[in-house]
Amino acid sequence: MSNLTRRRVVAVLALGTSGVMTLLALAVLAAILWTLLSHGLQGLSLRVFTQMTPPPGGSGGLLNAIFGSVTMTALGLLMGGPIGILAATYLAEYGRKERWSVVIRFINDVLLSAPSIVVGLFVYALLVVQMGHFSGIAGAVALSIIVIPVTVRTAEDMLRLIPQGLRHASAGLGAHPWRTIVSVVYPAARSGLMTGLLLAVARISGETAPLLFTALNNQYWSNSLNQPMANLPYVIFQFAMSPYKNWQSLAWTGALLITLFVLFLSITARMIARLFGPQERRLE
Amino acid sequence: MTVTAVSFRTHLRRQARAELAFRLLTRFCAFLVLALLAGVILILIRGSWPALKLFKFGFLTHDIWDPVAVQFGALAPLYGTVITSLIAMLLAVPFAFGIAVFLTEICPLWLRGPISTGIELLAAVPSIVYGLWGLFIFAPMLQQTLQPWLIAHVGTLPGVGHLFRGPPFGIGLLTAGLVLSIMVLPFITAVMREVFATAPASLKEAAYGVGATRWEVIWDVVVPYSRVGMVGGVMLGLGRALGETMAVTFVAGNAAQISASLLAPGTTIAASIANEFTEAVGPVYLSALIALGLILFLLTVTVIAAARLMLLRLDTRGPAL
Repeated sequence: MSNLTRRRVVAVLALGTSGVMTLLALAVLAAILWTLLSHGLQGLSLRVFTQMTPPPGGSGGLLNAIFGSVTMTALGLLMGGPIGILAATYLAEYGRKERWSVVIRFINDVLLSAPSIVVGLFVYALLVVQMGHFSGIAGAVALSIIVIPVTVRTAEDMLRLIPQGLRHASAGLGAHPWRTIVSVVYPAARSGLMTGLLLAVARISGETAPLLFTALNNQYWSNSLNQPMANLPYVIFQFAMSPYKNWQSLAWTGALLITLFVLFLSITARMIARLFGPQERRLE
Repeated sequence: MTVTAVSFRTHLRRQARAELAFRLLTRFCAFLVLALLAGVILILIRGSWPALKLFKFGFLTHDIWDPVAVQFGALAPLYGTVITSLIAMLLAVPFAFGIAVFLTEICPLWLRGPISTGIELLAAVPSIVYGLWGLFIFAPMLQQTLQPWLIAHVGTLPGVGHLFRGPPFGIGLLTAGLVLSIMVLPFITAVMREVFATAPASLKEAAYGVGATRWEVIWDVVVPYSRVGMVGGVMLGLGRALGETMAVTFVAGNAAQISASLLAPGTTIAASIANEFTEAVGPVYLSALIALGLILFLLTVTVIAAARLMLLRLDTRGPAL
């Protein structure tokens, strides 16, 4: 075999392997989704959305868990989202060239990938110990702490994409920087900020670890933020680990619901970024 | 209505006040991020103080985790954390490299979007779903196929054989590592794609110009150019793997022990905390679990910070993942 043929064979083999690896990774995704559908769909009925979590062996649904998850996710977003966007505003607008901004940006990127179970421990020591019991509000605070770094990062990236000319035009009309930011920059970056918030919701709606010892769980209906609150991830965890067939079946259904929701959010966020985002992204 | 000089002046004053308030508010929120990191570390240190005072440095070196006798050493969970993460890296890094090569160099443009979305969706699937799938589908499958094969063929070898002995439980450190490898794959892939893109087109074109094959351009031009960034990506994935909780809690086996065999059940720091925290009775037990959290946090933050620093050297910040 000549040298050239050998090199070509190596190239084909190596590149072929990379293709096979990609296919394998996609196959794993397909396998997981297939498992979820085949196990989760059986248990999916109207009951899931209208009844409380059952005792072992009994019949029931996931209503209290879904309600708790939605409540804490919404609250987490309401607390963490604005803080994240304001912090990003500082990094992208006021403090763009300050030395502290470099540090904050770096720390934020580190927090972005920090383990979420530690956030649970933090909020436990900060809130649960002080209050004396687990509560929905502690769960929401834990989720908001995960929202902040995600929002800071995406929002800063998006604000930076807004052309300087817009800011100069606004300043030329006599607007103060805050007026420019609120009335010109935010609206221009609206789709990008939306994308970031959607990704943050996608990130926290499946989070289990930060809720384990903040919101804990509640077998019954509770809309008090001062009480332990049921939530889908915890219920999935508890039911899946149990020996009861009806609990395991509900765990699969809950997992299917969460996954569909999260995948829907991720894809929607991507579409918004592609359709309404800046031009350069569309060329990808 | 006419604008008088006086009302204009009050308008200006109001604007200036709003300006100051808004600026301070954004600055406050930005520094909140710093306070968050400091707060987490301080609170964890305070929480773990009773256990650390009692066990001193031995907390890191003892492998006995016995709540009944109130003896706590972090070595077994620490061992499990490191081993599962290493297994995950061993598998995820070559795959991430292959997928990044495929997506940046071979994949036709129209397929690139759907395939990269598919890979990134692996990161969107919640951890608990990986746990469920790992426990009910993946672990039984390994118990029937891979594990008996490993025990029969690799387990009989001297040396490495020790890693693959004992009964096939299905769950265990090996299974946890394999599930982790799937979970960190999209993160490493994203960084690798990003750093591959930083290799200058002129270098690649020059290589093509002297007759290099596509593979040679990747291996001899793009890879050496983006080496630092690739290491950064691997470490970012490692940071993820070290702290991953729910999936590992499902499949690691929840046994605070150090076994020679990778097939044996074990535990990780994150899984120990998740499993035991709500059942922990007594201040020392609770404090020992918080101390585990402190170790985990310091470990992951160090790894992730090193990763981000490496990526900064390439003028990319790494993905927003």
